Amino acid sequence: MKQDNIQNMKTVYLDNAATTAVDPTVLKAMLPYFTETSANPSSLHIAAKRARDACNAARHSIAHLINAKDEEIFFTSGGSESDNWALKSIAYVQKSKGNHIIVTKIEHHAIINTCKFLEKNGIEITYLDVDKYGRVDPKIVEKSIRPGTILISVMFANNEIGTIEPIAEIGAIAKKHGILFHTDAVQAFGQIPIDVNEMNIDLLSASGHKMYGPKGVGILYIRKGIRMEPLIHGGAQEWGQRAGTSNVTGIVGMGKAAEIAERDMSKKVTHEIELRDHIIDRILSEIPYSSLNGHKIERLPGNVNISFQFVEGESVLMSMSHKGVCVSTGSACASGSLDPSHVLLAIGLPHEGAHGSIRITISPTTTLEEVNYAVDVLKVSVERLRSISPLYDDFVKKEVKKDV
Amino acid sequence: MYDGEYSEKVIDHFTNPRNVGEIVNASGVGTVGNAKCGDIMRIFLDIDENQIIRDCKFKTFGCGAAVATSSMATEMIKGKTVQEALELTNVAVMQALGGLPQIKIHCSLLAEEAVHAALWDYAEKNDIIIEGLKKPKKDIYDEEPACSR
Repeated sequence: MKQDNIQNMKTVYLDNAATTAVDPTVLKAMLPYFTETSANPSSLHIAAKRARDACNAARHSIAHLINAKDEEIFFTSGGSESDNWALKSIAYVQKSKGNHIIVTKIEHHAIINTCKFLEKNGIEITYLDVDKYGRVDPKIVEKSIRPGTILISVMFANNEIGTIEPIAEIGAIAKKHGILFHTDAVQAFGQIPIDVNEMNIDLLSASGHKMYGPKGVGILYIRKGIRMEPLIHGGAQEWGQRAGTSNVTGIVGMGKAAEIAERDMSKKVTHEIELRDHIIDRILSEIPYSSLNGHKIERLPGNVNISFQFVEGESVLMSMSHKGVCVSTGSACASGSLDPSHVLLAIGLPHEGAHGSIRITISPTTTLEEVNYAVDVLKVSVERLRSISPLYDDFVKKEVKKDV
Repeated sequence: MYDGEYSEKVIDHFTNPRNVGEIVNASGVGTVGNAKCGDIMRIFLDIDENQIIRDCKFKTFGCGAAVATSSMATEMIKGKTVQEALELTNVAVMQALGGLPQIKIHCSLLAEEAVHAALWDYAEKNDIIIEGLKKPKKDIYDEEPACSR
């Protein structure tokens, strides 16, 4: 495809779990802080005060969304930094108490790879199995606790298959045993209700660009009284916990996005669930040899993840992309490694099923017309790729033999 | 170019692959790859009495690069002699496609292997020996394949 065609082609963007577009209202709120009120909030003059006030207002909106206190919200550069900070800091600060951390096998790489780093530095990690829907059993979490356990970290909702974890139950268990509980809530934050008190969450990671805010900003919620060590050492920003000149525009944007998320949540959830279930129903009924990955009900409102037999996901993705439909896949061929998605393998999918997976993630502004177009394109793409697949050939010939 | 991005030629051969299909009563058929690894290629050859490849078709399960390399490899051996087809290297296929991302190089190896497997089948059927041709791996439905190639 030529460069100008790529720029002008009509696109249906259904990859909102990768990143979301900035809400126009969010952008509008950010703009003055690029040009008019561009002061460093750490300075002492009146212009700095304006920037500082804006950051504090944003902090308040974010705290309110999850029922936290303002001073429990610490701004970071995004979800990966927040995850790194939470795990590395607790491992460091609590080393006299123990060296054992419990996580699941389906965590984001920001958690998994941080754990691998910690393992090289004397920390012991338990990676918990999940069931075929991607849910971790709270009873197994409890059984994995041992004398030296210092932290439990379970993601709020999975980024690939959309499964929502039993966070409140795990939070209760952590509290009962006096162990800190962290959740990577990047995919759930602003999408579904979160209450850090009701759910006994001690640390929570979130990111601006997954909730219609800008990239380059995120938060770590840290329950008051938990001792931390900065990941980024330097100046006294964020009460001395996270150095670096405040990303004022990013912070203002994430704050505005949180405000909108809280205001419109129930309306958006209803809309997304309706479209999500429509997509799932259409695909499962119109495309043979397809199956849903993840939980049918305990699922993010905007997530669809389906495996197609006899085709490989990256080629389906490319075919759809050629028609302007943007989706994602768990195939090895798209991951840069030789193994398909660790999440799809953890829910028990054979490699073939994981290679043939497609993830569709919608937003509150996605329309019925768009998803119908996407499913039409998906159908044609899978049909075309099956028609050139030797696996499908072999399968059909075997079926014919069976019939005879 | 972004790391891992496909060239225009790869996208063209993926979107409009040449020589897709099968040949009934082919002179030689070769299937390589493994479903667990995410790619399988099957190449059909129609070879005349002068050992010239009259026609060549393929079916491929795999990523964009796997489909594109199959398409290009079949284009490159059509009309060639058996010996010339045997000399087709994955590097030549890659170059003809304007290059492949680093992590996709194994896909081009698969195309080379598929051609060799089809030639082996042809040689076996006709009880001839093709100088320099090695017996292909048969691990299409293996449970524990070596995916790296």
